[in-house]
Amino acid sequence: MSVRATITSLFEQVAREQQRKLSPLSDDLRLLESGLDSLSFALIVARLEDKLGHDPFDTAESFPVTFGDFVRLYESPSR
Amino acid sequence: MWLWGSLTASGAPPSGCLHGAGARIELATLAGASSLGEGLEALRGRTVLIAAGDPLTAALALIELDGVARRMVLCPPDLSGAHAPAVMRDSGADAYLTDAGADAGAAAVRGLEGLHVSAGPALQALGLARRHSHDTEWILLTSGTSGAPKLVQHTLASLTSAFSAEEASPLVWGTFYDIRRYGGLQILLRALYHGSLVLSSAAESTADFLARAAAAGVTHISGTPSHWRRALMSGAAARISPRYVRLSGEIADQAILDSLRRAFPQAIVAHAFASTEAGVGFEVRDGLAGFPAALVGAPGAAVDIDVAGGTLRLRSAGNATGYLGAHAPALKDSDGFVETGDRVELRDGRYVFIGRGGGVINVGGLKVYPEEVEAIINAHPGVRMSLVEPRRSPITGAVVTAQVVLIEGAAAGARAEELLKGEIMQACRRQLAAHKVPMSIRIVPALEVSASGKLVRPDA
Repeated sequence: MSVRATITSLFEQVAREQQRKLSPLSDDLRLLESGLDSLSFALIVARLEDKLGHDPFDTAESFPVTFGDFVRLYESPSR
Repeated sequence: MWLWGSLTASGAPPSGCLHGAGARIELATLAGASSLGEGLEALRGRTVLIAAGDPLTAALALIELDGVARRMVLCPPDLSGAHAPAVMRDSGADAYLTDAGADAGAAAVRGLEGLHVSAGPALQALGLARRHSHDTEWILLTSGTSGAPKLVQHTLASLTSAFSAEEASPLVWGTFYDIRRYGGLQILLRALYHGSLVLSSAAESTADFLARAAAAGVTHISGTPSHWRRALMSGAAARISPRYVRLSGEIADQAILDSLRRAFPQAIVAHAFASTEAGVGFEVRDGLAGFPAALVGAPGAAVDIDVAGGTLRLRSAGNATGYLGAHAPALKDSDGFVETGDRVELRDGRYVFIGRGGGVINVGGLKVYPEEVEAIINAHPGVRMSLVEPRRSPITGAVVTAQVVLIEGAAAGARAEELLKGEIMQACRRQLAAHKVPMSIRIVPALEVSASGKLVRPDA
């Protein structure tokens, strides 16, 4: 599964668990308008670290703003 | 008041005995014999670090040195050699005691200065009659979180303040605790006054200890909830048939209370609140977690129980006197209460423990008490015990994760484990706010329980 597909499915899974209505995931969707709260993002990031083996927030220069930023953060090679 | 004097106040020697892992001592023999030999008089008026490895040796020294030594410092078996010199300094110790025949260079006492006395369960004839010359202070060490242990000062009177004169028949006590910790020392003293004691040893398995307790005919037995979970896991709990089962030292959740009631249907299952600093607070015998709200502020009670800012505080003759050491903090607040650090919440007329002030997990500014989540997880019939801990999160500071030990045979195979994890998650989601629900559950074969019988919490 591609990184993007993994992320997309985790967004959907966590939204279901947290009973939140997820906006359609397009690259220009602002994360804070996605329907998820910070706890949901915390869960997504922790599970991505388990699946992909790294947490790019450690080294990221800036916090992702859009869904596209978020995917690119994980697609860029880990440093 | 001194211990040997109280034990022989009736004119008759005490009738009970101490069952160690390797030896058994009739208390009556101490009327004419000593485990310390010439060390007994040599230690008169001194401050003695009791650093024996064998709990039986330590128990004998406590009995013999109360009324003789100025202070006794009870070193738990896991006292690190790195902390021993500070303990010696802060307590003003000028002597130390180790097991006879043991290497006096053992880690905990290496490099200590002062009079060295060796002692052991092999008794020697006592030259002079036992004599009271000092009101001995008893110094207990708290299992410190990261730094050096704190030295907590008690007297025989404060340690025995919770005892009542009931229980005429000789009792056979057993305890999973080490007797150099408050919970174990309480049981040692109770046993001395009311019968016999089976001492546990760090060197033996839970099953072996239970076998010895059964052989001695144990009637009363105490430990922490973690000790008891381990006992239930050992498969050997059925060997004993006590009349009284006591839990203290950690939150007793409903699941462990129910498990013990099923395992020992003939016994009173009581959970007690006690801490080294605050002493014994209360004992609850109704089989329900938490304690009745009516205990708080009850007039005329031996222990004043108060809840301030969601935290339990206690004031009684069982409170410790203070901390020892150069930079020791105050033990009591301005009202004379000892703040326990244990958080409670009122639910339906009962206060339930929700955790320690210090062990809180902060999820994006919302507090999670690990014990509260563990209680939900432990309520699942397939779960033996669990540990909830924080996992660092770049989003919320922390999220909650759980490690779970299953009851043997609860889930055979990976698929059954996944199903069970799903059930636990569902229970958590149903009963807990979203930020308290573990983000992941990991099934583990065992959880570490510290020498003090409590779950090892990495950050607590």
